[in-house]
Amino acid sequence: MSRPRRERLRVAGVEAVGPYALVRVGRGGIDPGVPGQFFMLEAPGRVLPRPMSLCLAPRGELAFLLDPIGPGTTALARLERGDRLHVFGPLGNGFRLDMPRPLLVGGGIGIAPLPYLAEALERPPAVLGFRSALHAEAAVLLPNAEVVCDPTLVTDVMPLDRNVLACGPEPMLEAVRALVPDAQLAWEAPMACGYGACYGCVVEVDGELKRLCVEGPVLCFS
Amino acid sequence: MLLLNASGCLDALTAPEVASSLDAFVTKTVTPEPRAGNAPVRIAETEHGMLNSIGLANPGRDVFVTETLPLLTRTVHVPIWVSVGGFCVRDYVETCEQLAGDAVACLELNLSCPNVDEAPESAAEIVAACREVTDKPLYAKVSPHSWDMAETVRAVEAAGADGVSMVNTLRGVALDAQLRATLARGAGGYSGPALKPVALAAVLAARRATALPIVGMGGVCTGRDALELIACGATHVAIGTVLFADCDAPARVRDELVAEATRAGFEQPDDAFAFALQNVARLAN
Repeated sequence: MSRPRRERLRVAGVEAVGPYALVRVGRGGIDPGVPGQFFMLEAPGRVLPRPMSLCLAPRGELAFLLDPIGPGTTALARLERGDRLHVFGPLGNGFRLDMPRPLLVGGGIGIAPLPYLAEALERPPAVLGFRSALHAEAAVLLPNAEVVCDPTLVTDVMPLDRNVLACGPEPMLEAVRALVPDAQLAWEAPMACGYGACYGCVVEVDGELKRLCVEGPVLCFS
Repeated sequence: MLLLNASGCLDALTAPEVASSLDAFVTKTVTPEPRAGNAPVRIAETEHGMLNSIGLANPGRDVFVTETLPLLTRTVHVPIWVSVGGFCVRDYVETCEQLAGDAVACLELNLSCPNVDEAPESAAEIVAACREVTDKPLYAKVSPHSWDMAETVRAVEAAGADGVSMVNTLRGVALDAQLRATLARGAGGYSGPALKPVALAAVLAARRATALPIVGMGGVCTGRDALELIACGATHVAIGTVLFADCDAPARVRDELVAEATRAGFEQPDDAFAFALQNVARLAN
């Protein structure tokens, strides 16, 4: 696995994708890592960086999809070409890619790691769920995916005979896991450091606390 | 001057190279029994700092001594300070007894975690009891909540402490968009840049009361911050929250400290300590 590095990188551009923002930065000496791994992005003016999985790895760049809902993600979405920010990664454990019949399942901003994952797996089928038609515009990042909108859920339409690799809100992950117990699930939690220092990013799964940055963010239970 | 990490802000087993870039590594607090820690949500960023409510997650002292400590001595190339916690005086004493081996350079008694129930005994009683059972350097980590820092410091010194570490976090609360407490436990420990003035005041008050070594910490992000702590009387400086944002902070803060000391007219950072004594004398008049 590639060693994480921390570098000050230059913003190449920020584009709107539906209500989300795709932030592209020059790659510098940082390796894009395995799909599902994440990076800590310095959030301008904030005390803590923000964890973001890699969405795309265009030549010479790293691209992150984020939902500008809080002060950190809003500051990141307001970056402009030429601005500079510290990026640290790749961190954590990504998806296992040796799956015979992969199916990607994403919900909302949880689709973020799937475009890079889809490239690595040579564009397997995908099912994406969104809460509105505006949010569903982000499906443009995964051409040919089946897209559903609230009140239809990804678990209403996904086939059950495949190797599921999923990322989305916790209720979606639990529902996917109930249908496909061996699914690989990428979790999310508030995180301060990304490298095991703060013990802040635990999630409780089956009564056990998992430190997502070092044990995840991709977890598999069987 | 030694540059350390604040206890709980670095795991040397997941980041041994960061720990080895300090002058000494301070472990997360070790308690008698294993602790999973508090339920999530455990952290919340605020405007000028962050709250944590980790709750002293640790493997317990038996596993720490038999498994963690041998691993640490193999992977960390600087002296290891062990942070000792507990819920009564006996907890502290028995853990100090178990940490008698050569792998431990110093014991820091955590007398001020805001995220668990406190021991009923006073800081001085705990220090005195631990002093009976260990010859290792014994530091008392005290709370910034004390209104009379000088009295606290005099009491732990009289009880046999070799040094004091200050400050631990301040108790704080953050609310989410729906005005509910963000942290599952409600309150947490407040750290980060906002804590610096509190730390400077505590160190200055302590320096008026004692000649013991003081590990100053609280909101140190830059070399300038470290220099200010020394100029208030800190012998050593620890960094905490900044490590979450910048794993390269130890080398950066050290470089900046030398540059800032030069800019302030000192030949080396430690010379700012003499300035601290002038600050103390000025306040005393």
